[in-house]
Amino acid sequence: MSRLKARFDALKADNRAAFVTYIQAGDPNRDVSTAILAGLPGTGADIIELGMPFTDPAADGPAIDKAAQRALAAGACTKQTFEMVREFRTADDATPIVLMGYFNPVFHYGVEAFCKDAASVGVDGLIIVDLPPEEDTELLVPANANNIDIIRLATPTSDDDRLTTIVNGASGFVYYVAVAGVTGDKSATADNIGDAVARIKRHTNLPVAVGFGIKTPEQAAGVAARADAVVVGSAIVSLIEQGLEKQQPNADMIENILNFTQNLANGVRSGR
Amino acid sequence: MALNSYTTGPDEKGHFGQYGGRYVSETLMPLVLQVEQEYRAAMKDETFLAELDELNRQYIGRPSPLYYAERLTDHLGGAKVYFKREELNHTGAHKINHAIGQVLLAKRMGKTRVIAETGAGQHGVATATVAARFGLECTVFMGAVDIERQKPNVFRMKLLGAEVTPVTSGSATLKDAMNDALRDWVTNVHDTFYIIGTVAGPHPYPMMVRDFQSVIGRETKEQILHMEGRLPDSLVACVGGGSNALGLFHPFLDDRDVEMYAVEASGHGVDTDQHAASIAGGKPGVLHGNRTYLLQTDDGQITEAHSISAGLDYPGIGPEHVWLHEQGRVTYVSATDKEAMEAFQLCCRTEGIIPALESAHGLAHVMRMAPTLPKDHICVLNLSGRGDKDIFTVAKELGEEI
Repeated sequence: MSRLKARFDALKADNRAAFVTYIQAGDPNRDVSTAILAGLPGTGADIIELGMPFTDPAADGPAIDKAAQRALAAGACTKQTFEMVREFRTADDATPIVLMGYFNPVFHYGVEAFCKDAASVGVDGLIIVDLPPEEDTELLVPANANNIDIIRLATPTSDDDRLTTIVNGASGFVYYVAVAGVTGDKSATADNIGDAVARIKRHTNLPVAVGFGIKTPEQAAGVAARADAVVVGSAIVSLIEQGLEKQQPNADMIENILNFTQNLANGVRSGR
Repeated sequence: MALNSYTTGPDEKGHFGQYGGRYVSETLMPLVLQVEQEYRAAMKDETFLAELDELNRQYIGRPSPLYYAERLTDHLGGAKVYFKREELNHTGAHKINHAIGQVLLAKRMGKTRVIAETGAGQHGVATATVAARFGLECTVFMGAVDIERQKPNVFRMKLLGAEVTPVTSGSATLKDAMNDALRDWVTNVHDTFYIIGTVAGPHPYPMMVRDFQSVIGRETKEQILHMEGRLPDSLVACVGGGSNALGLFHPFLDDRDVEMYAVEASGHGVDTDQHAASIAGGKPGVLHGNRTYLLQTDDGQITEAHSISAGLDYPGIGPEHVWLHEQGRVTYVSATDKEAMEAFQLCCRTEGIIPALESAHGLAHVMRMAPTLPKDHICVLNLSGRGDKDIFTVAKELGEEI
């Protein structure tokens, strides 16, 4: 059974939502990013989304754009992201890791080689934000052949026809982008989220994760009551920017971030 | 093997061979599909086409003249050179052709706000112009660095009522302006239409912009038949994203005897890292909604382009160009900053026309080619824009203070 399926099954048995954390691989540098990654499961992260830095993250807001530029300036690349996952897996073989990013670096690496290498280091799923269902066959086939889930996005602009297209071929979970906008922008209301999750669930049995605009433990709790998973990204990534002094990470950065994710995890756990 | 026709693309999903497509986030997908649907309906709607035609004539000033550049022809001593004078259009470049078409579509779709990205400011000015003409709110995204370099155009846009938003994300250049325009669009999908400035972006934009620009080639064909009684032997145009080139070339693609040359900006040289030649120096990739050739690193990160001409300073090219390149129908060559500067000055002095630095790249290739050709060879250069906006850049290059 895949790590994602095992994790969602276990959480369902516990009647709680998954807490999904997002960080950019290599932000602000490889060592600090590796330490944060390793610390996340201990603070209550059930699933980790690891962003693959890209120069032109057009679906992301300023927080994640800056994170990408920081990581790239510190030497991040696809191979390094894979190495970070491999290292993480030596200590944790249960927490699912989903790589999230843009298609160009994947395409340039070679989709077949990318899927093979991703599987071999222990990647469980892929979210490629600029690869809609119409264009993702070339990735879907080799990914599935390597037991990697392709996680599709649904948004407030997805009508029922569109949802049919989206869930056809999706695996792992469906990621509901709660607001029409970029990452880290405005927040959706809990009621809207509840309605949207219910609508998506009429089209699929896959778990539904909700992200975009969730910044506080209270918001996380509200979403946890209505969805299978709660994703927080920009709010975590922003703490990296705040923890930089003269472009170097200060001594408290890792601790501050892990305290914050602990609080968010508590919020998610209190949601039901 | 030669195809029966080069004008059948794109396919229903927007692919030219393996290029093009719709690589956008899911939030934009329904909107992009809607733009396509509305565009196809509009092109069959006689009222829409009549309004477009009326605006082309009365507002832009079409048809633009096809002009025999006699003194330049004498100077080069070979091929007979014609200029398609797009620089005489309202706002001074070909960009207005697709801006008018897209704003009519925005209005038809009931949108109240338009957005655009701009590098040199020409597409921004064209968009601000049509937004003013139709009473729509307008926001133009422009790299912070370009705002500093192109102050007159920034002020023009403001006079026209547009808001110019400085872009500081990424490397703060044209590609980042396009990223920010996409970010704005995704946030304001309900009331906003994105007027893209070249034959790139997600389907249907490459097709739609090409179709609106094809008026250049259609007019040229009619004009040259009238003036010379036959089709030209060669067509030349500069290419950044490639809207003016495709506009001139497209109606001639199935006229097999017409040679076509698209001139990329090779900046300090394609063998340096300071150029904007995606065909000569790029590799296949995906950016800004389409698969095409891109300037990029070994890790698939997009690199910055360089050209003396801000309008060619983009690390990609329209997907149909890549397809035409791979099919061998259009020949892609390049001209350096230096060659463009020489062409710019020659055009001023022999023809009394100050060309845009973009167009000067096309002229640079004509200067190389024409002397080697017989006097009965007819060559048409797309003089896509006027160079008033470039005088500060040129003065600086020439070491003059103005």
